[in-house]
Amino acid sequence: MEEMIFYDRMQFAFTITFHYIFPQLTMGLSLMIVYFKWKFLRTKVAKYNEAAKFWMKIFALNFAMGVVTGIPMEFQFGTNWAKFSELTGGIIGQTLAMEGMFSFFLESSFLGLFLFGEKLLGQRLHFLTGFLVFLGSWASGFLIIATHSWMQHPVGYEILENGRYVLTNFSALFSNPWLMPAFLHNQMGSVITSSFVVAGIGAFYLLSNKHSEFGKLFVKTGVIFGLVSSILVAFPTGDWTAKNVAKYQPAAFAGMEGIFETEEGGAEIILIGQPDMENKRLDNKIAVPNVLSFLTYQNWDTQVKGLNEFDESVHPTNVPGLYYAYHIMVGLGTIFIGLMVLATIQLFRKKLYTTKWILWSLLFMIPFPYIANTTGWYTAELGRQPWLVYDLLRTVDGISPTVSSGNTLFTLLGFIGLYFLLGLLFLLLAGKIINKGPEQIKLN
Amino acid sequence: MEIFWYIVLMTILTIYIILDGYDFGAGIVHLFFAKKEKDKKAITSAIGPFWDANEVWLVAGGGILFFAFPTLYAVAFSGFYLPLIMILWLLIFRAIGLELRGQIKNSMWETIWDKAFGISSLLLALFFGVALGNVVRGVNLGMVTEGAATTEAPYFFLPLWNSTFSPTAEHLGVIDWFTLFLGVVSVIALLMHGANWIIFKTNSELNPKLRKVVFNLNFVLLALVIISLSVWHIIEPNPFHNFMAHPWMWIFPVISFIGIFGMFKVKTFKKDGLGFLFSSLFLFGGLTSTVASIFPKVLPSTNDVVPSLTIYNTAAGEYGLSVGVYWFVIAIVLVTIYMFVQYRVFKGKMDDVGYGDH
Ligand code: HDD
Ligand code: HEM
Ligand code: HEM
Repeated sequence: MEEMIFYDRMQFAFTITFHYIFPQLTMGLSLMIVYFKWKFLRTKVAKYNEAAKFWMKIFALNFAMGVVTGIPMEFQFGTNWAKFSELTGGIIGQTLAMEGMFSFFLESSFLGLFLFGEKLLGQRLHFLTGFLVFLGSWASGFLIIATHSWMQHPVGYEILENGRYVLTNFSALFSNPWLMPAFLHNQMGSVITSSFVVAGIGAFYLLSNKHSEFGKLFVKTGVIFGLVSSILVAFPTGDWTAKNVAKYQPAAFAGMEGIFETEEGGAEIILIGQPDMENKRLDNKIAVPNVLSFLTYQNWDTQVKGLNEFDESVHPTNVPGLYYAYHIMVGLGTIFIGLMVLATIQLFRKKLYTTKWILWSLLFMIPFPYIANTTGWYTAELGRQPWLVYDLLRTVDGISPTVSSGNTLFTLLGFIGLYFLLGLLFLLLAGKIINKGPEQIKLN
Repeated sequence: MEIFWYIVLMTILTIYIILDGYDFGAGIVHLFFAKKEKDKKAITSAIGPFWDANEVWLVAGGGILFFAFPTLYAVAFSGFYLPLIMILWLLIFRAIGLELRGQIKNSMWETIWDKAFGISSLLLALFFGVALGNVVRGVNLGMVTEGAATTEAPYFFLPLWNSTFSPTAEHLGVIDWFTLFLGVVSVIALLMHGANWIIFKTNSELNPKLRKVVFNLNFVLLALVIISLSVWHIIEPNPFHNFMAHPWMWIFPVISFIGIFGMFKVKTFKKDGLGFLFSSLFLFGGLTSTVASIFPKVLPSTNDVVPSLTIYNTAAGEYGLSVGVYWFVIAIVLVTIYMFVQYRVFKGKMDDVGYGDH
């Protein structure tokens, strides 16, 4: 049993982590392409259209990777989490089926038109198809997060005698207090990714003295989108999500923040430290007193319950993982804001394109939003453990009863091999497109 | 409510097979008949802007299955674990074969992805036939041995094959001679379907040859269908009882035969789309007849201990199914509009869409 669940979890974690590398860029970049296209319609300056075309090529490649790695996700609920699917399918399936019907059709039908239809459609309609692709990808994010929110904070259901969950209130799925903050936060996370990618590639062109005109455009656009989204991801959206966790999953919150003992008169905020699970405390910590209480409850003295007050059976199963994931996300978020603020100041002083160290930093930062997004999801998922549906269904009770661990190990290895190949191909081809640069791009 | 969602699900799956079926068929044609670069271009251009949206019908079908019949989704997907995961891998290969081929101009690179696209299309067509075979043959639900379920019923797990390859053995496998036979039927039918699509959507030099291929294979297809009907009683002693009870259901097999007979005229059609129409009718009729023959079962049990899965004992709660109707109706109207726009913009011959030269 233990072994079965281990491979099932590894497979899910591996495939979803790999999948999410692509949607985050899809969602963020579609917004930025729509922006370039809109700018072109307004100003008729050809450079904007060429920029849109250039990013569409990266987008198409990235989208294809998102599609092929997304389809296994849809099926894995049934293959590896059969009990979970059987019990909750009437609810989880509702939003997942809506995702297929409302967003994937929209995205995929209009992506074909967007990529191949510029001549056939004319500029305005072409802009519209791009906009619809953007809409589809955000709708997909919304519905997937609605699904996920139900697992974090189940609402509008009833449990029958046979253990099945049935839906009793459809609109509750969408008025779930968990949903909006998580969705907006996540979307800002994706805009950050795309901003850093656009700015980073722009910086690469400037630093290597190629395609400089586009280099400037990309750096400027990336920095402005990046500044706004980096701020919004922390405040208000990150703050909201954190408050939700504190309210609805207090044990997870304690684990995230690394609070073991409840402190009288307000909780400190931990900046650095290592969870010590043997002695149930935090080693080598650097902390600022009372700030956590203030951030969470707008009151310096409110108590935050420490982990040691909860029964072991509801402790997150991997506290160090949860703690580090959360701190890496928040730490990176802070660095993003810092860098983007500096870059914006240089932009206004008209020195950005020559400030080498900022350009180098932008280039170097490209992987980090991916890390922040991934650790963000790890925070959410590790915090939810040991529950599959929070407080209702334990992860052990959700797996497929007849799929042996040998079979799961076999398919996990298969996915690792295949995705390794996909990753290599993606990097190779994206590198090729970037190297060629916007000037050589002629899309039909 | 169950019947409504059953019809929705079957409609979506049939649309999926008709639409993505031509992509698979095009892949098989590409593998066996396309030698010149120009022909390959024509084939990929004819499916390029569509295949992704076609595949969404599979994703949507999976979603609807999950939502409306969660028990069926859970039991079947975990029971058919290995073949399903392999289908997923094949879908990945097909997609990257199509999407990545044109990215680098190098003959070895192109050959690799051509083969990836062709071979995975071939295997997918085979697997889908095998899957249909498994659904009508049924499985040992609850893994019953000596009169008692050995797993939490109705859960089961099927190995890829067993040593006897027999559909009536006690320990079944995914692949036996019966399911493999349906797999072969599926490959041939989809090959013809794909060829018809290429004739319809391109002016490629392959077209005259493809017409001949369709014409000749049609004899094979007819023979295989007749053979399969004559061996059907081995897995289901009374395959026509539903049709006897509800005579209107004969419309499904009739449609599929209209499809086959129509294709005998493929060499003389004036309109290039007609062949495609007839092969679609064949696929539609064949699939609906098959699932109608086991209705209301959706996964028959081969033992007498654990009852077959039906649309009634696998469905989700009544309330959820009812509210689903509202959003589904809105969604399907939107989807129809998207499809209309898409096929409208890419109407006519598509040789010059330039798929793959980005
Ligand atoms: C917040 C965003 C987000 C998250 C958390 C996920 N996805 Fe995703 N997914 C997308 C956002 C997205 C997207 C941006 O909408 C994609 C990228 C490419 C695409 O087609 O849509 C996508 C693709 C995509 C596809 C392919 C659709 C197609 O054929 O066009 C499937 C089946 C899934 N996803 C399913 C899932 C499942 C079952 C997930 C959860 C376990 C999941 N995704 C997590
Ligand atoms: C709506 C979207 C999602 C749903 C419905 C979902 C659902 C699940 C399920 C069913 C599991 C298995 C049980 C478990 O071990 O917790 C799981 C685990 C996991 N998920 Fe998610 N997930 C979603 C999104 C994501 C994303 C986007 C990521 C990462 C980028 C992610 C990362 C993980 C990880 C790392 C695990 C393993 C946790 C562990 O082993 O403790 N999830 N999730
Ligand atoms: C700087 C301040 C930030 C704060 C306070 C913050 C807070 C949070 C919190 C509390 C969660 C929810 C954990 C849970 O659901 O249990 C979360 C999740 C997440 N974070 Fe952040 N975060 C910050 C920065 C970032 C950054 C910079 C990114 C990415 C660029 C990011 C991406 C994510 C993602 C993808 C999730 C999981 C999805 C979700 O549940 O919304 N976060 N964050």
